[in-house]
Amino acid sequence: MAELCIRDMDVTLGQRDVLRGASLRVRPGELVVLLGPNGAGKTMLLRAVLGLVNRRRGRVRLDNDDPALLSAAERARRLSYLPQSRPLAWPLRVRDMVALGRFAHGASPGRLGNEDAGAVERALAACDLQRLADRPCDTLSGGELCRAHMARAMAGEAPVLLADEPTEALDPLHQYQVLSLIRAYADAGNGALVVLHEAALAARFADRLAWMRDGRIVADGTPEQTLTPERMTEVYDVRATVRRIADDWVVAVSGPA
Amino acid sequence: MTDRGVLLALAAAVLTALAAACLVGSTPLGGERVLAALAGGGSAGDRVVVWEIRLPRAVAALVVGAALGASGAALQGLLRNPLAEPGVLGVSAAAALGATSVIYYGIASAGALALPMAAVAGALAATALLTAAARRVGSVVTLILVGVGLSSFAGSLTALLMNLAPHPFSLSDMLNWMLGTVANRSFDDLLPAAPFLAAGLAILFAGRRALSALTLGEEGAAGVGVDLPRTRRLVVLGAGLATGAAVAIAGAIGFVGIVAPHLVRPLVNHDPARTLAPSALLAGLILVLADIGVRVAPTDAELKLGVVAALLGAPVFIWIAAKRRGTSG
Repeated sequence: MAELCIRDMDVTLGQRDVLRGASLRVRPGELVVLLGPNGAGKTMLLRAVLGLVNRRRGRVRLDNDDPALLSAAERARRLSYLPQSRPLAWPLRVRDMVALGRFAHGASPGRLGNEDAGAVERALAACDLQRLADRPCDTLSGGELCRAHMARAMAGEAPVLLADEPTEALDPLHQYQVLSLIRAYADAGNGALVVLHEAALAARFADRLAWMRDGRIVADGTPEQTLTPERMTEVYDVRATVRRIADDWVVAVSGPA
Repeated sequence: MTDRGVLLALAAAVLTALAAACLVGSTPLGGERVLAALAGGGSAGDRVVVWEIRLPRAVAALVVGAALGASGAALQGLLRNPLAEPGVLGVSAAAALGATSVIYYGIASAGALALPMAAVAGALAATALLTAAARRVGSVVTLILVGVGLSSFAGSLTALLMNLAPHPFSLSDMLNWMLGTVANRSFDDLLPAAPFLAAGLAILFAGRRALSALTLGEEGAAGVGVDLPRTRRLVVLGAGLATGAAVAIAGAIGFVGIVAPHLVRPLVNHDPARTLAPSALLAGLILVLADIGVRVAPTDAELKLGVVAALLGAPVFIWIAAKRRGTSG
């Protein structure tokens, strides 16, 4: 279990302020979704937490440590990262690709210790990939490949997951499946900070929604508190109808505001 | 086949090829006489043929191939590009430039280590430059073009140096450096380059685990815990040392660093780290066999080993390049 705490973070790239005073907390067992239009700074926030871009101001604490100051391997053991762009240079087998998630534990695809092999099998099982484990990744469908990347991120068994658009380019069923996986990961006591584009999907699964615009977090709270037509206008510049039906949410966008 | 099976099969093939290299040649020498000479017996003439002519030459081909095969596999892993290779990227040409500048300006007489050190310096400069360029350009195709440019530039500087050299030189000397050969090498010629070659291979093998993770791209690799700057330094240093030493021994031999990893990859499930060792063995094997071919080919002037390597390798290079679709790569 670990708690991620971001306070007053500023990031400047060239002349542009891409993050301004961002503060956010992800507690153990919590799934927090970052929402916001393109260019709002969601990806940059994840990258700044990891230390992949320099922060100009502010502090990030993973328990008592700044992830940017940890060695790459220790950071990876405590903070799992699923980037937005997920190229695969070589057609690895699914099992080998998932095993890369154990890199920081000293494992490599050709050489897995018992503990590493166990973690890989658990991740494959959680993502329903056992049947595909020996297939080369370039023979998978988009949804299968996405699950394989999720399994890779889970195989490290880090207490906090940062996932950047894990459902990008997936059909509704697969989006639902991937979010269920992340929900189960959080329910096991882990923290998850996930960038998404679909507000309704986010509200269905998240404990909290953090709304971003122009590098700022403009709202942070439960779906009940923050998912409103006014918020959709404020953040996305659209007119929208929002309705809650039991656990599900419907967000219908009817046009520009 | 398991990884171990692949390695054992290749090692057995390499030993067989070395034995064949001792047996084959212009002086007919039977198996018994070769064995006797290898064991230190037999006639003085037989010992000269085996120990001073055939074996050193075959061993030179083997270690040069191993260095180029491992360097190629490591560069391909780092740059995530099956076309990256010391020859294509101009690393070999830069090493040859370093070597020739030392020879033609008489610095080589400063000590046996001057030649390999100059070749290694040239190779290191080229690998460092390319890795820096790779971060800037992003596109792997562009990077290959940078390498081709670097190769031509180093080649023409080599030619210029020779034109201006204070000592007389022959065109065949230049061809030796630019095309590559292991003819007339003795074990004494291998010795000065050996420590650089061994260090380069050791560094490449020490850093190979991160190459697997780089399959995920740089951001993904950083995410799973790869120290990217350290990985870049290791591959630049390892490939520079190994390629520089190989060029100091045999001149610039191209393409073998592409062909061997390409053939090996399907056998190890395309895992870049596991490609290294079998690529080194296979590239060594290819050069030992090609050199036997060079020696028995019925030509007046001896064929250059590098020419044969290019004849075999260039079509493979073109084939891989043509197979890569679109501009995404």
